[in-house]
Amino acid sequence: MTPGGPGPHPVLAQVVREDWGRLLGLLIRRHGRPDLAEDALAEALASAAEQWPRDGIPDNPQGWLTQVASRRLLDAIRREATAAGKAHLLAVPEEAPPRHTHGPGGTEDDRLPLLFMATHPALAPEVRPALALRFVLGVPTADIAALFLVPTTTMAARLTRAKQRLRAIGAGFRVPEEPDLGARVDDVARAIYLAFTAGYAPREGEAVVHVEATGEAVRLAHLTRALLPNTVVLQALCALLTLQHARRDARTDEQGGLVRLADQDRSLWRRDEIDAGLVLLQGLSPTKGYAEELRLQALVGAFHDSAATSAETDWAAIARTYARLERLTGSPIVRLNRAVAVAEVSGPMAGLRLLQAAADQLPGHHRIHVVRAGLLRREGDTEGARAAYDQALKTCPDGPERRHLLSRLGELPPA
Amino acid sequence: MKYLVLLIGDGEEQPWPSLTEAEQGALMQKFGEFDAECQAREGVEILGGEALGGPSDATVMRTRGGEVTLTEGPYAEALEGLGGFYLVESPDLDTLVDCLRKLPRYDMQIAPVLDMS
Repeated sequence: MTPGGPGPHPVLAQVVREDWGRLLGLLIRRHGRPDLAEDALAEALASAAEQWPRDGIPDNPQGWLTQVASRRLLDAIRREATAAGKAHLLAVPEEAPPRHTHGPGGTEDDRLPLLFMATHPALAPEVRPALALRFVLGVPTADIAALFLVPTTTMAARLTRAKQRLRAIGAGFRVPEEPDLGARVDDVARAIYLAFTAGYAPREGEAVVHVEATGEAVRLAHLTRALLPNTVVLQALCALLTLQHARRDARTDEQGGLVRLADQDRSLWRRDEIDAGLVLLQGLSPTKGYAEELRLQALVGAFHDSAATSAETDWAAIARTYARLERLTGSPIVRLNRAVAVAEVSGPMAGLRLLQAAADQLPGHHRIHVVRAGLLRREGDTEGARAAYDQALKTCPDGPERRHLLSRLGELPPA
Repeated sequence: MKYLVLLIGDGEEQPWPSLTEAEQGALMQKFGEFDAECQAREGVEILGGEALGGPSDATVMRTRGGEVTLTEGPYAEALEGLGGFYLVESPDLDTLVDCLRKLPRYDMQIAPVLDMS
């Protein structure tokens, strides 16, 4: 890129990518105001985009941005006070002292309290993953909206409401204490996992962008683990995400259609990432709670990733792992997956029996019918399979998954 | 920030009248622990707090068309269990919640006080 040319300045782009969370965290630690800090930082970045190409890059780009953003934030607070007729009461020093001191040495990374703030339990669970991506990594709102399959304006409004709520309730900018810490770290892991799985929802069109945003969720998981080392739930999360994300290039065909695990070109799987995920997983012992849920899911991922061909998959081990996961969670979705694994080991009829119990708990869920159709078809019950596919199509939304179902239906021998 | 904490339901505690004297004593001790926790923390101060009379002692005052009427009982079912309140200064919600963990396991409503100065 040429200096002064259009588009973000390369140094600026790097600062945004590497330091957004630290800069935003510093602003909120200094001034509070999670509702205003992001806009102030965005204004500072806009000023930088204009001035740096003209005047040269400052010696300390982060310091420059912090100073400008701080000033913008104080301006905004002043404007607010003036509008409320309270300007005479305002005593904001130019450089407000830090609102909180931190643990030993005071060198805590500001991204950590920022992450806990974004996933605050007083916020709705649905908005926490979005706010975590926005606050800590500065992922653009449009990309977050695409990740969660909502219009950008909807996501922007959701984020604004969440930030205003953080301000209104006086959410803390700090790392939680015992005995709360464990539950709060679980909340962080849940939010990141939600962000990741959102990227794996079947979708239309610009798949590449979505994979990138999903990659940001993986990045956030690794960053969080680095900030809170020796945390079992975060290691399990990183193992799971790494092992699943390693298959991303094989998930879609050239037309953007879904490719089932069994049909994926395994040479496209990222071996180095799988190896890294396996190392993370092997470092974990059986545990309890959400960490164990993630660990068992990672174990399933590892069994798939370790099979050289689909036929070599250790389905018995996968079925056992799902059985443990089902005991832990009681989730009908887990049972659904277990039914698939059991069918691979003991035949379609055994799978169908397990499936019935899941179907009772998940009435109207199209995946139940999809799995049943697959099992009936293998059992040679073409008519039953056809009926199950028809059932699935009644509730399956438009998109790649639906097209995939239609093509499976079309492959059935004629009646 | 200032917060109004309404102790609004028994939550995981048994109703006060059903407790033995020893159990009541143990419960009261938790209020003392909450006091101590607030004192121990920088920036936290209990500005006020009282136990309240039961719902049958409450009076609702309404003004309709300029006329004031008084009726017996609580304003809404949700407030029937209102047994007491605290007004607490705290640096943030999280610190307040950490302190409130010391209280009996009541259901509470925490409302930030608006700065009207």
